[in-house]
Amino acid sequence: MNPTAIEARFICRFPGFELDVDLKLPGNGITALFGHSGCGKTTLLRCIAGLQQAHGQLSVLGTPWQKDNLFRPVHQRPLAYVFQETHLFPHLSVRRNLTFGQRRVPAQDRQIRFDDAVSWLGLAHLLERMPARLSGGERQRVAIARAILTSPRLLLMDEPLSALDQSSKQEILPYLERLRDHLAIPMIYVSHSTSEVARLANHIVMMDNGHVIAQGPLQETLARVDQPFRLEEDAGVLVQATLDALDEPWHLARFSFDGGSLWLRQDPRFRHGDQARIQVLARDVSIALTEHRDQSIQNLLPARVDHVETDVTPGTTLVRLLAGNTPFLSRLTSRSAAQLALTPGQPVWLQIKSVALVD
Amino acid sequence: MLETYWQPVWLTLKLASLTTLVLLLVGTPIAWWLARSRHWLRQPIAAVVALPLVLPPTVLGFYLLLLLGPNGWVGQLTERLGLGLLPFTFEGLVVASVIYSLPFTVQPLQNAFESIREGFLETAATLRAGPWDRFFFVVIPLARNGFITASVLTFAHTIGEFGVILMIGGNIPGETKVLSVAIYDHVESLEYTQAHWLAAGMVAFSFIVLVTLYVLNGRARAGALR
Repeated sequence: MNPTAIEARFICRFPGFELDVDLKLPGNGITALFGHSGCGKTTLLRCIAGLQQAHGQLSVLGTPWQKDNLFRPVHQRPLAYVFQETHLFPHLSVRRNLTFGQRRVPAQDRQIRFDDAVSWLGLAHLLERMPARLSGGERQRVAIARAILTSPRLLLMDEPLSALDQSSKQEILPYLERLRDHLAIPMIYVSHSTSEVARLANHIVMMDNGHVIAQGPLQETLARVDQPFRLEEDAGVLVQATLDALDEPWHLARFSFDGGSLWLRQDPRFRHGDQARIQVLARDVSIALTEHRDQSIQNLLPARVDHVETDVTPGTTLVRLLAGNTPFLSRLTSRSAAQLALTPGQPVWLQIKSVALVD
Repeated sequence: MLETYWQPVWLTLKLASLTTLVLLLVGTPIAWWLARSRHWLRQPIAAVVALPLVLPPTVLGFYLLLLLGPNGWVGQLTERLGLGLLPFTFEGLVVASVIYSLPFTVQPLQNAFESIREGFLETAATLRAGPWDRFFFVVIPLARNGFITASVLTFAHTIGEFGVILMIGGNIPGETKVLSVAIYDHVESLEYTQAHWLAAGMVAFSFIVLVTLYVLNGRARAGALR
C-alpha cells in the first residue's frame, strides 16, 4: 500500500443530510469515491477543493489546506478540478481555455507542457475552435487538459463521464488511463459506475449516506463481504492476471493468476505476457461440491470457502472464496447455501459463467 | 444661430456620456451585489433602485432639489467642501441623471450577472483565478451583452430626460439647457420649424439606438448557438 498523502476529516450538515468522513488516501494512482447518488461523494470532493466550506481538517502531501482557523481559498490550492459539466468558457477558444489556468501558475511551477497536454488528450486539431462547436467528448477532453495544465498536485474529477453517451465514454476512458500512467499525482475520481471504477481505480472509498463504509486498495476492498456494500447486482471481484496461452482454433486466451487461470475470448489488444484486469461478478459464479466436466461452463476453479454472509437482498447469500490467494465472490440463493452446507475452509469448485476484461 | 442650435445637442451628448460612464462604475457593484447576495436588505435595495422607474420625474426632481439645495444635507455638505450648490449647474444635472437612470444600468447588469452559472466562477477558482481576476476575466466577458444593453439604455434614457432636468437644472443655455428643454422652449415660443428639426432628430436617433441594440442582442444569441 502507498504511504498516506491526503488526510481529510470533514463534518458538514445540511437539512436532512450529514457528511461525516475521515479519510486517508494514497499519494498516487486513482482513488475512486464510489457510492449511489446522494451519498455525499460530490460534497466530499467539493470540501477537498474548498468549494464547499465544512468543519474539519485537510492536509495534502504534508501541506495543511484546512485546519482550525486556516482555510486556503480555492484559487490558492494547487489542485485541478474536472466538473461533470465541463464549464468551458464560451467566450474563449479552446487554446485560450487551455491556457487560462496555465497562465495563472508561476512559470517555475509549470511542470506540464502545453504540447504534452494537447497530445495526451488529442486536441491538436481543435485548438482554434470555440467550445460551442465541440462534441460532448471533445469538450470533456478540453476540460481535462485545461485542468492538468495548472500542474496540480491533486486532480479531482467529479463524474467526468456521466453526462456523456456510451461512445463518448469509451472515447475518453483511454485518455484517463493514459493520464493515470503519465502523471505522478494522486487523483480522486467520483463515480457511481462500477465499470468505470473497475477499469480506472487503484484505490476505492465506498460511501453511503454521508459516511465512508469501506476504503482500501480496489481488489482487496471489492472482495470483502463483511460490509453492507449495497452493490447488489454489481457485487464482484477484479482479478489481476497475465495472458500466458492462446488457443487459436477456438479464439480463446488464457489469463493466469495466483490460484488458477481463466479462459476468455481473444482480444486483439492483449498479447502474450500482457497484464489485464478481469471482472468476475458474484452473480456469475456458482458453487459445486464436486468437479462437473459434463456441462458447458469453461471456467472451473478449485477453491476454498472463506466466509459466508447473508446478502443485503433478502433470500440471497454472498460467499467469499479463495482460489489460491485470489478472492472470488459468489451470490447464491440462501436455500442453495443451506443445502450445500458451506462452511469456512471447505473445498469446492467454482463454476464461472462469464468474465469480462476491463482494460 | 448655428451655435445656439447645436449647443443643446452637444450638452445633451456630454451629459449622457458622462452619466453612462458614472453609472457603469456605480451600477456594476450594485448589480453584482443584488445578483449574488442573500442579504435581507437585498429586496428593499432592489426596490429603491427601481423607484425612478415608477416615480414621476417631477417627484424625483423635487426631492433632489431639496436635498441638493442650501437646506438639504447634501447641499450643506457640498458647500462645506467648497463645491458650491449643485442645482442649476451641469454637475447637478449629472447627479440627477445618475439617480434617474440608475435602474436602466442596474437591471440589465443584474440580469446578466444572474444568468452566469456559478460553475464558471468555481471553475475559474480551481484554475487559480482570485476574486478580482474572476470578475474581470470571466464575469465581464460573459456579461458582455448586459453591459452593452445597460450602456445603450442609460445613454438613450438620459438623452430623453426632461422633467427632472426642468426641476433641478432650469433652462440655462450652455449649462443646463439640454435638447428636450430646448424643444420645449421652441414650442413655447411657437418656433415649430426649429422644434421639428430637434424633435425629428430625436426620433431618428432613438430608432437607430434601439435597432442597434436589437441587432447586437440578436447576433449575440445566434453566436451562443453556433
